[in-house]
Order: sequence, then C-alpha cells, then structure tokens
Amino acid sequence: MDEILKTEHLNKYFHEPDTFQVLTDISLSVNSREFVALVGKSGSGKSTLLYLLSTLDTSYEGKISINNMQVTGLRQNALAKFRNDNIGFVFQFHFLLPEFTALENVMMPALKQGKYRRNEIEERAMDKLRQMQMEPFAHKPSSKLSGGQQQRVAIARALINDPAIVMADEPTGNLDTANSEIVFEIFKDIVHNKGRTIIMVTHDMDFAHRADRVLELVDGKLIR
Amino acid sequence: MALSVNFSIAKTHLLSRKKQTVVAMLGVTFGIAMFILMISFMQGVNKFLQDTMLSSTPDIHIYNDVKTDYSASVAGDYFKDSDKTVIVHHPKPKQITVNLKNTDAILADLKKNPQIAAVSPLLSSQVFYNYGPVQINGFIDGVRINEETRLYNLEDKMVDGKTENLLTASDGILMGSGLADKLNVRTGDLVSLTTPIGTTMRFRIVGIFTIGIGTIDNAKSYVNLASVQQLLGQNSNYITDINIKMKDNTLSSFLAKDLYKKYNYKSEDWVTANASVMASNIIRNVLTYVVSITLLIVAGFGIYNIMNMTIANKMKDIAILKAEGFDRRDVVQIFLTQSLVIGTLGAITGIILGFFLSYALSRVPFPANNSFISLKYFPVIFNPYHYVFGIVFGVITTFIAGFMPSLKASRIDPVAILRG
Repeated sequence: MDEILKTEHLNKYFHEPDTFQVLTDISLSVNSREFVALVGKSGSGKSTLLYLLSTLDTSYEGKISINNMQVTGLRQNALAKFRNDNIGFVFQFHFLLPEFTALENVMMPALKQGKYRRNEIEERAMDKLRQMQMEPFAHKPSSKLSGGQQQRVAIARALINDPAIVMADEPTGNLDTANSEIVFEIFKDIVHNKGRTIIMVTHDMDFAHRADRVLELVDGKLIR
Repeated sequence: MALSVNFSIAKTHLLSRKKQTVVAMLGVTFGIAMFILMISFMQGVNKFLQDTMLSSTPDIHIYNDVKTDYSASVAGDYFKDSDKTVIVHHPKPKQITVNLKNTDAILADLKKNPQIAAVSPLLSSQVFYNYGPVQINGFIDGVRINEETRLYNLEDKMVDGKTENLLTASDGILMGSGLADKLNVRTGDLVSLTTPIGTTMRFRIVGIFTIGIGTIDNAKSYVNLASVQQLLGQNSNYITDINIKMKDNTLSSFLAKDLYKKYNYKSEDWVTANASVMASNIIRNVLTYVVSITLLIVAGFGIYNIMNMTIANKMKDIAILKAEGFDRRDVVQIFLTQSLVIGTLGAITGIILGFFLSYALSRVPFPANNSFISLKYFPVIFNPYHYVFGIVFGVITTFIAGFMPSLKASRIDPVAILRG
C-alpha cells in the first residue's frame, strides 16, 4: 500500500465576480487500493478539488503528485499524456461520444495511447464491457443506451488503460437507486479485487460511509 | 497510431451528419465550378479576339507615317548662315512621299534577321469598287501572294478559290466575301477598280475569303503587287508597307523599336496597334478572377460557419476527449481534417462540374450575326492550369476557414464544460 496521490498546501481562488478563495491549504494523501469518498455540502469546493487532482485544472497554488510524479508545472500536452496513461474519469453525466458505439467509446483512450494494436484494444475493451455486464450492447450507438447503461460503459472506458486512479464526479447523481447500487458494487470490486484506487466526489452521505475513507470539505477546508 | 485515431474520429463526425457535410461541400463545388466556367469562357473570348486580331494584324507593321518633323525648313536653310533666329509659323510639308525608300535593301536585311519568320512587302491603296454607277469605298493590298500567305495563313480563310490563283492570273483579285456580296460578284466575274488618282483597271475574281472581321471582309481585296504599282503609275520598287511575322511575337515591341531606329520608318508592333483589345483582355481577366475569388471566399465563409456550428455542438465531446488525454493538437487535427475533406471533395466535384458546364457551353451556338464575326459556338478554352488553380485555391480557402474554428475548439476548457 503505497502513496499514489499527494497534495501539498493547495489553494485555489475564483476571480469572478470578486476574488474568492474556494480551497484553503489542502494537504492530503491517498494510498493505492483505497476507495476514497470526497464529501461536503454544495459549494464546499469538492468538485473543484477533484478537478485540480485530475490535472484538468492547472490554476492553483501548491503541489500535486500522482503516481510518484509531480504534475504541478507540467505543460498541457504533457498533462494530456499523463491523464491518458494514469487517470480514468467518470462524470455525473455520462458523456459518452454519441456518434460512436459503446465499444468504440471504451476503446478511444486506448487508441489514443497507442500502446497496443487495434484488435488487441478491441479485445481488452470487450473484456471491460463484460465486467460491466454490458457486452451484449457493445455495438449499439451510445445514444441509444439508458442512463445506467451509459454510466457502466463510462466506467469501462475509465478503466481501459488500467489507470492508477479512477476519479469520479458524482457518478450516481443522475441514476436511480438500483443503478446507483450497481455502480457502487462495481467500484468496490475495482478497488478490492482489481487493486485500483478510486476518488469519488459525492453528496450522498450514506454512500460515502460505505467507502473505505471519507474526506470532508467544509468551506474549502479539509476537516477530516 | 494517434494520427489514425484522429482521422477515424473525423470520419465518424463527417459521416454522422452527412447532410450538413454535403451542404458545406456544395458551396465549394459551386464556387469552383463557376470559376472554371467563367475563366474558361472569358479566356476563350480573349483568345478568339486575339486570334482574330492576329489573323489580320502583322506582328510588326512598317510604314511611312507622314512626318511632322519641321526642324528643317526652306526658310531655315536659306537664312542658315546669318546670325538670325528663324521662326516659321504653320509649316507645311513640301512633298509627301508615302512610299518606303530602299525597300530592296530593307527587305534583304529583314530576311537575314533570325527573329523574323516571314516578311511581306505590300503596296496598299484606297480604291473605289465600281458597282454600276455606284462606287463602293474600299482598299486593296498589292502583295506577293506567296509571302503574304505565310504571314496570315490566308489559305484557311478562303471560301472559294485558292490564294495561288493570283500567281497564274496577273489581273487576278482575291476579294472579301462581304464585298463580293455587295458587288454581287462571284469567282470568275470581272470587277473594275478606280484609284484616287483617277486610274481604272479591271480585275478577274480568282478567289473569295472570309477573315471574320467585318471591316476587312466588306472592303478589302488582294491583288498582285505589280498590278497596283501599274495602277498607281509607279515602278517596281514602289512599296508602302512591310509586314513582318516573328518567330516569337512576344518580342514584337522590342524588335519594333530596333527597326525604327535602324530604318527611321514607323514600326508598329501588334500590341500597340491593338491596344484597346489588349486592354479589354486584361479587364476581362481581372473581372473573372475577382468574381471567382469572391465566390470562393463566400464558400469559405460557409465552411467557417458550419465548422463553428459543429464545434459549438461538440463542446462536450471535446471536453471528454481532452479529459481522456487528447491534447490540443489532436483536437485541431480532428476538426481541421473535417474541413479539409469538405474542401477537397468540394474542389474535386467543382472542377468536374466546371468541366461539364464548360463543355456544354462550348456546344451552344453563338447567337450573333455571322457576317461580322466568324463565331459558330461560344468560345471556351480548356486549360489544365485553371483546374489546378481551382483545386489549390479551394483547398487553401477551406483550410483557412476551418483552421480558426479548430484552433478555438482546441482551447476549450474542459473543466468549465464537465462541471455543467
């Protein structure tokens, strides 16, 4: 169990309409094989923090390291490559590319990475879909899938490059209880059986307590 | 590997909105097709006019322009030795010689010039063609027919008889078709001519030509040089003009200047002689290019618009791609590829359509009075350079039109979009 993500004294400010400090002095550490829930009230800054950790947002003070590599200060193109190799995303809205099938959506990050040949990637993608029990829908255009189905495809996509960390922003926010439960079980399985790390933002406290660890933000400060 | 992912994404985008793609393409197709049609037609017209003009204008025309050099006057010569200043008002020339002096020497010299392909001396005169009691105004060129035909390819313009008939008939005359119609004469008939000095002579028509320019076909005839010299009561050295055909007529103006300096007779090159035709050529060309480029720019705006709309619709997709690890260059490639595909396909269909339209136009009969210009169909030329230009310009326009939106797309901030 080694440290997979670390932040040191993160501060973030919004500048519109006035300068407002949204995150104050966040220093945290996440180990691998942890299922971390990031909670807080609406506006507490939890999504903001997640997007800093994701390397998509680069305007902050402080340092972030992921997988023993400091990502603070890297240029956009280098960050893109880093994300491609190390981070998988699941968003609240499914955000699959609508013109592509489920399978093609899952394959996309791997095709970009270019580490394997196309037919190998296709096999790996089918495998991930199988784990999500979405294999029969592989060739359906993603726009034709239901919300819960799309989310499962999205999770498969997040996993295709075997990333160090999966970051999820309210992944069950748009799903009904049954589908939420399915997603939760999948996450637990990924962490405990497949050995990944998940950082999940949620405002559902019951959900959060079923995770391994809870980080709570109140008014931009970490209180536990 | 990365390159082909971007291409396959671009391909999927294009195929999933076929109608929009085709509409964007049609703008380019139409612009380029119209460009090809217009330039082929305009330059066809230019070429036709220029050929017609060239078929009756020598590359260089040497003649004796009435000299207005009054620096030497009789009074000036008379008072030369005294220390007076002589001013003469309204001087008039004492004697005009319309012919060229030393023609044998000049002709021999010209024939030695390597730039010159053919030389034809001629003696031209105004005449009246006698038509019963009526006299029709016109002019005749007395020529050595062998040399004259080398200048203009007169043989092709003959509608009846042959140019060499002049060689066997000393009183032979080749007449313009319009003139022959006016005089109601045919090959074999006799016609009587009167010169301004009052002499009259009869000629036998041995051939009729149509050059295609009304002013010539309705007024001009060719006869043997000796006949006109006889008609005007002059000796066999009496020549008023020398026509020259060059091997490369783009050098005409330079040679003309040299010849003027050498022989001191006015040497007019074909460009100067037809300045108005050349000017209108240039204007037509400029007009064509301006209109065509405008059409293409408008097509370019169409593409710019469509690309902007596409990208606005795809902001979420771009955010996802960026989150997945596609960098700015990838995003530019994805959208620029779409723009280029639209442009290239549009350009290719454009030149194909342009070709068909041009061909169709070239088969349309030209609705004009054929006695003044010899134009059967609309004049259209097919120059591969235009087609190349069309494709290149079409592709460049769509590249520029697509580049800016693509660049904007690459700068999208994924966080702002993903947070909703």
